[in-house]
Amino acid sequence: MSNYKLNRRKFLKGSTVLGAGLVAPTIFTRSASAYTNEPGKGSVVLGFNVPQSGPYADEGADELRAYKLAVKHLNGEGDGGMMSTFSSQALNGTGILGRKVEYVTGDTQTKSDAARASARAMIEKDGAIMITGGSSSGVAIAVQSLCQDAGIIFMAGLTHSNDTTGKDKKANGFRHFFNAYMSAQALAPVLVEHYGADRKAYHLTADYTWGWTQEASMIQATEALGWKTVKTVRTPLSATDFSSYIAPVTNSGADVLILNHYGSNMVNSLTNAVQFGLKNKMVNGKQFEIVVPLYSRLMAQGAGDAVKGIFGSTNWHWSLKDAGSKAFVDSFGKEYGRPPSQAAQTCYAQTLLYADACQRAGSFNPCDVGAALEGFEFDGLGNGKTLYRAADHQCFKDVLVVKGKENPTSDFDLLEVVQITPVEKVIYEPDNPMFAGGSLGKCNPGV
Amino acid sequence: MLKTLRTNDTALMILFSLIVLAGPLILAPFGAGYPDLMQRFAIYGIFAIGFNILFGLTGYLSFGHAAFLGVGSYSAVWMLKLLSINIVPAIIFAVVVSGLFALLIGYISLRRSGIYFSILTLAFAQMSFNLAYSVLTPITNGENGLQVELDDPRILDSATGPGQLPVPSLFGMDMSSTSVVHFLGMDLQFNVGFYVSALILIAVFYLSLRIFRSPFGMILRAIKSNQTRLNYTGFNSRPYTLTAFVISGMYAGLAGALLVCMDPLAGPERMQWTASGEVVLMTILGGAGTLVGPVLGAGMIKYFENIFSRMNDVMVHDWFSALPGWLNDVLTNVISPFLGSGWQMSLGLIFMLVVIFLPGGLVEGANRIMNRVQRPSKSGPVSGPVDRTTTANSKES
Repeated sequence: MSNYKLNRRKFLKGSTVLGAGLVAPTIFTRSASAYTNEPGKGSVVLGFNVPQSGPYADEGADELRAYKLAVKHLNGEGDGGMMSTFSSQALNGTGILGRKVEYVTGDTQTKSDAARASARAMIEKDGAIMITGGSSSGVAIAVQSLCQDAGIIFMAGLTHSNDTTGKDKKANGFRHFFNAYMSAQALAPVLVEHYGADRKAYHLTADYTWGWTQEASMIQATEALGWKTVKTVRTPLSATDFSSYIAPVTNSGADVLILNHYGSNMVNSLTNAVQFGLKNKMVNGKQFEIVVPLYSRLMAQGAGDAVKGIFGSTNWHWSLKDAGSKAFVDSFGKEYGRPPSQAAQTCYAQTLLYADACQRAGSFNPCDVGAALEGFEFDGLGNGKTLYRAADHQCFKDVLVVKGKENPTSDFDLLEVVQITPVEKVIYEPDNPMFAGGSLGKCNPGV
Repeated sequence: MLKTLRTNDTALMILFSLIVLAGPLILAPFGAGYPDLMQRFAIYGIFAIGFNILFGLTGYLSFGHAAFLGVGSYSAVWMLKLLSINIVPAIIFAVVVSGLFALLIGYISLRRSGIYFSILTLAFAQMSFNLAYSVLTPITNGENGLQVELDDPRILDSATGPGQLPVPSLFGMDMSSTSVVHFLGMDLQFNVGFYVSALILIAVFYLSLRIFRSPFGMILRAIKSNQTRLNYTGFNSRPYTLTAFVISGMYAGLAGALLVCMDPLAGPERMQWTASGEVVLMTILGGAGTLVGPVLGAGMIKYFENIFSRMNDVMVHDWFSALPGWLNDVLTNVISPFLGSGWQMSLGLIFMLVVIFLPGGLVEGANRIMNRVQRPSKSGPVSGPVDRTTTANSKES
């Protein structure tokens, strides 16, 4: 027995010494670089963290196409796309600051846990200097705060929640995409013009940060113009069948259904609503209408005939005729044989904006890059004149109000632009109550 | 006999500690030597060890263990938010809360055994997931996940720099701080968070070793081999199964707390049934009822999830670049469906092979190899040098 005790003591002693010995280097050594993942002479790694599974997988796949195209263009391959129409001509097709651009990809699974694990692997294992991606605001916000802590720039992809640049904004995070507030401000006047000011709305809302802020923004904007809100119902993001949520709408006395859904959620809920005959119903002596505040061509494709005549807003559409959009659609079409979606456009633009900011700053240091992006005014990336506002790292540009085409001429020609709402109509102060509560904090270079 | 057994245990402990502590060195050549994954190895190792105390010893298959992991995570984040960014109160509180939660669920579920017990635990876990996802949104923040925020009270801490989120730490040592050492052309990443998890892993491994060797562990094994007979001898087995259930729930809570200490965000998907199924896979893959098996299984599954899922066809193309073009294309087309988003396919294949050919898990495989190596020198049956319970269990199952 005593022999055994002696063994245990020996073991404890031994393991303590060993543990101390192995932990010691973590206390005494510090890495020498000036910021997290300072790239070497030859190449620089970007991390593309997109949903490859889950309800937003279609958007994620298109985002990845755009990222790969952007990397090609940055490295001087292909036709250069929007690099030639971009107002800043700092990029020259030799990568970023003379380094070849490489990339790693990850699957966010549309879950914040998985997205953060994937982003951490990119930062810690692959040495990514910038993370970009999204397609769910919950994920984007989670990854943005991770990047802030790690000292990495986060260029948000498709994220539409007010909170991304509102209460959850971070100094290391930047968003090119528009947001729920802008959608509502652009869309509400068009809705009132077409459907009248005396309407009762019923909201079905995806139950997470994007849905919440989208719903709040739509209620605020429509009620200001005379609409009433009958009821709001939250639906889980993982839902695939919405019939049980649609059925009560018919007896609620509402004459407009607002679907605060995106991706396959919207495809399913809109299809369910049309199957229930809502589009042909008369309520309160008025034609029943359906509205989808955030629209995308990929979703219109998924929903098929159901989208005809339905209003919504979008960040960008491939049918735009400015030089930037044309160059991008050409280049994307040549590469993949299809026009890009709005998700692809914002991700492509974000990659170029980041590269350009590094080039202008002459450094990859997140603080220098951030300073180069703050207050940056540019044009030629498909959205007309755009400002990266310093106060909240949000881009301000025109918003498109679109409608499902009644007579589409091709598989891609599904939406028509009803109105281009100028930026002055949708801009807001940084302390707007919809965005209040957060602070950017200080830029964090890591280390 | 008894003495050799104990010396073997000491040897096992020393070997286990050495391997765990040398993690960065051992894992770096496999591309797994970065903090996030190493932390996951250690933490899911703890989770699987705890699950094994219930499943491996008593044979009760809980299909809802992720609920305790999630409860531990949420309670730990709340401690980080309200009390202090120091991880000690977070871990203690998480273990206590998940223990109480396990007591409640165990008390109800353990009235049944076999498949009915599994279904009950599955139902409770799914219920917890749905609660966390929708009804309890004020506590769990729903789909968004619960995070540490700038304006949290943290009553025990002094204020941090303006606009900067504090990082979870152990008395001033940040969990995220890492130092990189160049060694034999590799970058070894020594991370504080990993060593905290690793030391806890070693401690709870020792605890599970003591449980396995104790009279209590013997009773749990008796329950597994024949509970009816045990009951007929007038022995009330339920307090023992309940204790085992609570202990393994606390292990899960500890793992959940460590997860948020390394990365302060808790999402409801942590409680989903897939997460509960994962720990069952880990334990069976490594070897249920063995000591090191669950840790091996956890490592294997996390390795697949994090490394295999990030390989793409471009990389496969590069591996075979020396081969002629057409052969390269064929091989790439054959192999790439099993990598990237298809990582679960290759994991499934390996799981099937293990279950069919090595019912005792990876540990049985290791033992068979050891036996084959030793057979020429020794005669007669040789038990596994690492773990005596393996052979006993593989006979039973």
